[in-house]
Amino acid sequence: MKRSQITMVAGSLLVLCLAASVLTLHRLDELRSHATLEEVLYVSSPQALKRISLGYSGLLADIYWTRAVQYFGSKHVQGAEDYKLLAPLLEITTTLDPKLLVAYEFGSNFLTAKPPQGAGMPDEAVALVKQGIRSNPNEWHLYYDLGFIYYLDLKDYRNAADAFARGSRLPDAHPFLKLMAALAAQKGGEAQMARMLWTTTFETTTNKDIKANAAAHLRALQVDDDVTNLEALQARYRDKTGHFAASFSELESAGMLRGSPRDPLGAPYKLAAEGKVEVTDPDDLPFIEKGLSIGYIPPPKPKILPVD
Amino acid sequence: MLAIEILGLEKTYNVGFWGKTPKHALRPLHLNVEEGEIFGFLGPNGAGKTTTLKLLMGLVFPTSGTARILGMELDDPRMKAQIGFLPEQPYFYDYLTARELLEYYAQLSGVAAKERSRKADEVLAKVGLPNVAGLQLRKFSKGMLQRVGIAQAILHDPKLLFFDEPMSGLDPLGRRDVRDLMEQLKHEGKTVFFSTHILPDAEALCDRVAVIHDGELKGVGAVADLTSGVRGKVEIIWSGRIIPPAFKGLGADCHVTGDTVRAIVSEECQDAALDALRNAHLRLISLSPVRNSLEAYYVSKLQPGKAAAEVRP
Amino acid sequence: MKAAPMSRVFPIALNTFREAVRDRVLYNLVAFAVLMSGAAILVGQISVGIEKLVVINLGLTAVSLFGVVISIFIGIGLVSKEIDKRTLYTLLSRPVRRWEFVVGKFLGLVGTLVLNTFFMAIGVFGALLYVAHHFAKPDAWVLVALYFIILQFVIVTGLALLFSSFSSPLMSAVFAFSLFIVGAFAEDLRGFARMTKGITRWIATGAAYLVPNFSALNVITPVAHGQPVSGQLILYNTAYALIYATMTICGAVLIFERRNLK
Ligand SMILES: Nc1ncnc2c1ncn2[C@@H]1O[C@H](COP(=O)(O)OP(=O)(O)OP(=O)(O)O)[C@@H](O)[C@H]1O
Ligand SMILES: [Mg+2]
Repeated sequence: MKRSQITMVAGSLLVLCLAASVLTLHRLDELRSHATLEEVLYVSSPQALKRISLGYSGLLADIYWTRAVQYFGSKHVQGAEDYKLLAPLLEITTTLDPKLLVAYEFGSNFLTAKPPQGAGMPDEAVALVKQGIRSNPNEWHLYYDLGFIYYLDLKDYRNAADAFARGSRLPDAHPFLKLMAALAAQKGGEAQMARMLWTTTFETTTNKDIKANAAAHLRALQVDDDVTNLEALQARYRDKTGHFAASFSELESAGMLRGSPRDPLGAPYKLAAEGKVEVTDPDDLPFIEKGLSIGYIPPPKPKILPVD
Repeated sequence: MLAIEILGLEKTYNVGFWGKTPKHALRPLHLNVEEGEIFGFLGPNGAGKTTTLKLLMGLVFPTSGTARILGMELDDPRMKAQIGFLPEQPYFYDYLTARELLEYYAQLSGVAAKERSRKADEVLAKVGLPNVAGLQLRKFSKGMLQRVGIAQAILHDPKLLFFDEPMSGLDPLGRRDVRDLMEQLKHEGKTVFFSTHILPDAEALCDRVAVIHDGELKGVGAVADLTSGVRGKVEIIWSGRIIPPAFKGLGADCHVTGDTVRAIVSEECQDAALDALRNAHLRLISLSPVRNSLEAYYVSKLQPGKAAAEVRP
Repeated sequence: MKAAPMSRVFPIALNTFREAVRDRVLYNLVAFAVLMSGAAILVGQISVGIEKLVVINLGLTAVSLFGVVISIFIGIGLVSKEIDKRTLYTLLSRPVRRWEFVVGKFLGLVGTLVLNTFFMAIGVFGALLYVAHHFAKPDAWVLVALYFIILQFVIVTGLALLFSSFSSPLMSAVFAFSLFIVGAFAEDLRGFARMTKGITRWIATGAAYLVPNFSALNVITPVAHGQPVSGQLILYNTAYALIYATMTICGAVLIFERRNLK
């Protein structure tokens, strides 16, 4: 065998092995999709892990942070009912790097949300964010997150008002916080408060998952508002004419409406029996409480449209 | 068939921090070595001798040109089985004993299993190391390593041998042994290609020599031709500073150095010259036929300017 | 003279093994034995119900780290020594092809490491026996973990050989060790790559698939907890290690075939 032949053989073998190694890696990744994550079940103490990291805890925190995001992402597309590793993963991440603010924010959003949108564990979320506040007492965003959970998920208005108030006193705090503190103290204005909270989240977050989630909530609030208004319109029409309008053009000719109304995603609303108003495609609008046809079953995989 | 056929082998190293400066270790070299010859490759330090040998052994690759050994390509294992190589300042696996090393190398050269140990002992005896076969090579002296190097080169009874400075590091007796060994190899019909800068060795051993300098071949010739007597001249040396007047008529070339006089005269005038010395009561020191030495050839090839100046009257 | 290449590869492998042994590479076993017996005695005295866990975790981690250091150390040392001290001259002027040298060297090094690991494994099981007084069925998985560790050595040795085919010993050691660290997080790296976009994604994905994947070869923690290892994982890990090592050897051959020796 000459040198050129050896080169040929070694070269082809190299390429072949490269391809084969990629295939094997795919197979291995399938086999072990959760193996690395399940480590948290073994090394359950974040403190121990911090010691093991030999001072490179920042790097390890980044690794655990990506693991947490990936874990959530992969569970979410499956429409999972439980997210039992999300809390420990985030706890490890934030113990390793207590300044990783995005991890607290992520936790406050997705630990609280009910399955399949999140882990449905608001108490763990509260613990996580409180730990964040201890490590970062000057981050208004953490007080905001805490107030958010107390207000919307736990309906604990006193604690919510307290969290918002403490946050609002910090430098750079979002001006809404003062307002939120006042509203929460009055235990009122649920719809207005919810809109304000989600808007603040949408405007201030840098994480695209959190942003998309906030956008979906804002759309849902909008739809619920629209449907309430349109149904009120139908009721008035019936009062006037004795029957419900069969189409939006009837409402239009009665001078009660201009143009046919559309949902935040641009799809037209539909008029249903009994003066009800429905959205065309409820799958695109998770979190809506109104405008759903009777017996509507949400898809197993919730659809959160990405923000651009 | 030619034992070695070098067809324009060239090696340029890129030196300097950025590898931008070319260093011509060997300019395109054309050289043939016949089978059965002992061929000397002469040249000063840094001339390119080792580079040539490394190219032939496939240890470095040529910038251009090729060569054939025993009619085969340089990377042909069949050819490698028939050659032996002694590198410059050889070094071996020092955790092995001399016998282990030789048995290992015999195995790699394809020597049959049952012959390996006999071969190893045989060549160790040949290079004068019969009693240290079981000693680890890390305990060997420089000259002993050189001998092991020769032993491993001739181990598998190759047809063609490459020696890079075979005498270096050897004591006078060792040098004579190696000279004898090379003569014996020639006697057995082997071809030997060796580099050296010890000219008397080359003169005594070689059929032909090549002189290389600065990577460039300066000359090739048969030693017999280069050193054959300059016909009909003798050299006469006597003590004192007197040159008898008779010498003028003999056409002698005389030089006075210190307390001796050296004169070159033609053979026919030898008797007349001696008579003249006797008449002048001068003491004769020596009388010998003039021969060209390899050294003179070597010097003339390396310093053409200087040699030319000497020839001119 | 038409002997098969293996008739030269094996002697080279054997000689490499002999060199490692005579260079007292196996002396590391003394340090390992001291560590294992010390740990066993210490853990045996504390006795808080996790003796086995500690012994397996510590033992396998030590086997892995000792072995990796030795793989890199002898993989690079023994190859660059041949180039530096020019012992290769008299080898390559024989009917030995350069690729045969590389492959022989690799096999010899792997052989050395297998033997070394074998002795260390005896140490681990000895310590296990000392703290638990008898073996249990799940202890067999420790063998699988050890097998995976050997597979790691196979890859590391290939890398060491690849780097020393073109780089200085020190740089080779640095490269090989960095890749070992990076490779321990290979799965995370592929995860990272999946989260990026555009051209970065291409580069990141390429790099993530190119670095050796040591994550799947590390089953120390689950095994310490008595968890079984799936047959599929054994199969694919074996395939992967062999493929990756072949890849590094091919790379080393390609470079080494062209290299001008000093
Ligand atoms: N690897 C290298 N890189 C750069 N230059 C080199 C290299 N190897 C050799 N050279 C140069 O090539 C030239 C020839 O070197 P070579 O070793 O062939 O000389 P030599 O004739 O064997 O000398 P000596 O009698 O001292 O052994 C020298 O000038 C040397 O500096
Ligand atoms: Mg030389």
